Amino acid sequence: MTSTVAAPVRRPRRRTGVLSRTDWAAFAFIAPATIGLATLYLWPFVSTFVLSFLDVPTFGPGTFTGADNYVDLLGDDGFWRAFGNSALYTGLVLLGVPIAIVLAALIQQISRGRGVYRVLFFLPVVTLPVAVGMVWRFLLNGDFGLVNYVLSLVGIEGQYWVADARFTIYAFAVVGIWMGLGINLIILGAGLQSIPVELYEASALDGAGRIRQFFSLTLPLLSPTIFFVIVLTVISALQMFDLVFIMLGSVNNTAIDGSKTIVYLFYEEAFVQFHRGPAAAIAVVLLIVIMIATAIQFRLQRKWVTYDT
Amino acid sequence: MHRKLLLAGAVVATATLLAGCSGGDPGSDEDVTITYSVWAGTQTPAMQAIADAFTEENPNITVELVELPWPQYWSTLQTGAQGGTAPDAFWMLAQQIKPYAEGGQLLDISDAIESEGVDLADYPQAVLDLYDQGDGAIYGLPKDFDTNAVWYNKALFDAAGVDYPSEDWTWEDFRETAKALTGDGVWGVAAPIDYQGGYYNTIFSAGGEVISSDGKTAEIDSPEAIEGIEFWTNLQADGSSPTLQQLSDTEAVTQFQQGKVAMYMSGAYWALQFYNDEAFRANVGVAPLPLGPAGRTTVSSGITNVGYANTEHPEEVAKFLLFASGERAAQIQAESGAVLPAFAGTSQTWMDAMPEFTDLQVFIDAIEYSVPLPVQGNAAEWQGLQTEFLTAAWNGETSAADAAKAYKAAIDEVLAAG
Repeated sequence: MTSTVAAPVRRPRRRTGVLSRTDWAAFAFIAPATIGLATLYLWPFVSTFVLSFLDVPTFGPGTFTGADNYVDLLGDDGFWRAFGNSALYTGLVLLGVPIAIVLAALIQQISRGRGVYRVLFFLPVVTLPVAVGMVWRFLLNGDFGLVNYVLSLVGIEGQYWVADARFTIYAFAVVGIWMGLGINLIILGAGLQSIPVELYEASALDGAGRIRQFFSLTLPLLSPTIFFVIVLTVISALQMFDLVFIMLGSVNNTAIDGSKTIVYLFYEEAFVQFHRGPAAAIAVVLLIVIMIATAIQFRLQRKWVTYDT
Repeated sequence: MHRKLLLAGAVVATATLLAGCSGGDPGSDEDVTITYSVWAGTQTPAMQAIADAFTEENPNITVELVELPWPQYWSTLQTGAQGGTAPDAFWMLAQQIKPYAEGGQLLDISDAIESEGVDLADYPQAVLDLYDQGDGAIYGLPKDFDTNAVWYNKALFDAAGVDYPSEDWTWEDFRETAKALTGDGVWGVAAPIDYQGGYYNTIFSAGGEVISSDGKTAEIDSPEAIEGIEFWTNLQADGSSPTLQQLSDTEAVTQFQQGKVAMYMSGAYWALQFYNDEAFRANVGVAPLPLGPAGRTTVSSGITNVGYANTEHPEEVAKFLLFASGERAAQIQAESGAVLPAFAGTSQTWMDAMPEFTDLQVFIDAIEYSVPLPVQGNAAEWQGLQTEFLTAAWNGETSAADAAKAYKAAIDEVLAAG
């Protein structure tokens, strides 16, 4: 992870004319993967893109309507509310990254039983999101939930975390951070292990304490890994759907209108209201948003990510 | 030479296969399996029993019951129909049928109804009307129906020293009863934003309408309809009901079953669930809807068994659909208690299945004052907008009139889109 700068690949000299026997063999070997990729990813992607320019009845062929779906979408308050919710959720979930860094560094310090901690933090990752959502929904119940009970012990009045649109996004973020912590810990832990121990020994000789080492040594050397974790976190946070669906799932939850994320809106348009054209437009817009967000991060990383040890 | 032989062989084989497909008269002894998709829940055992009973009568047809959870039912069905892999037979709701019927996805069984001599008078007219698409086709027959009444918890009435509701109680009585029952961590009533079990009934009971009779505009902002909505917002304003937030956290029916709420206006379909809760069973009573300014009216609906137009076995499917909505299937459903069967004359069996519930006749008497559930246009879509527009009225942030006016405009837009 520490040096991800790709070594220049030596290209075979370009030949003209027919393909050699080895070329055919190569094509044959990658064919299953290519065909799978094309049918399962490329084709749906292309058809989604095409759909986004159509007005499609529930059944039967659609009619071309130009950019109407996009114009309607961008003029819809509901879309911008969902966009804002997704952005807020993403921002909040990013707070989980510093938490993961500190925890990863702490776990690294432990000499015995490191695996136990890793397993403990990793458990939420391998737990079904549906189960996680259900359990948190009970924990966060306004009247009977454990969270509000604990808060009441310290004199804080609890809220309807999953039934009041003012709080739902924060509730999702808490669960999102908790669910994502384990995988981030593993990635960051791997990054930490690739930092040479000699650097710490040398800096200790120079009189650097633990805190100083963390900020001057660990963080800069870990920065490529941190960058990677941030990119992944942003992408998955922008795609968040499951928590809304499960934690607010009951049909009569009146908080749902203020709590939709972009992907939830997509789900609703596509599979509840059967508006496939507008739904496809949402999917395309989301793709563009993610591409822009990722591009910005790649641009910014030049300022803070160090690639050499 | 070799190759030609092979080709000839293939042609012969194909021809035989084709002949095999086209041959055979209707109802031949060929073994077929048809799939039957439902979101059953408590009805699963009854549905399995119906499938088995059908196979018993038609040994060459196996019915495979496919149970889908409610939250995924419609998306799975729609995707299946688009991809040509929908189940052969499935449950349909009136608020969902329009796109399927218009899209040519449903099997017209009117010929089978005629040839089998099915008498449509055996089914509640309100429910048949619900599914009538005005295209002359009949896509299915109702397997059950529901009317609404007020479920109440006798123990909570006793504890509060309040008399049980009378046959002819009024809206005013209802409101006062709810107030009197509220206290000690108990609410008199659950007042969620619930169209079918809730405010549609009071809109009609106030003399209003949800959608105009020509189906083109919403009438939900008429003075009468607003009165019907205020029935609920008043209960919220009185503090006689858990707030919408509390009802979002824990559903109304759950709060009722947990003894947190004393009265719950809803359908007959909860009967078995309440009956199966043995600690709760003895406390359950049913009262008719309270009398509104224009008397009392309940909306009525029901599930219909329909078939997939592109099924490989249309005749077998039609046969099964008639069976599954027919008298024997109705008896099986009635005996299970799971649901009130649509077939005439089977309701007594349903009541007998739950002997300790003595008030169930209320739901059957309600047929007298029932109207079809409003499902004009793309009903699932405009019904889905209810919380967006009505929540503020329930929370007391805006008047019922303003909320109704805004909601009307939104419904009109959906209706205009067709």
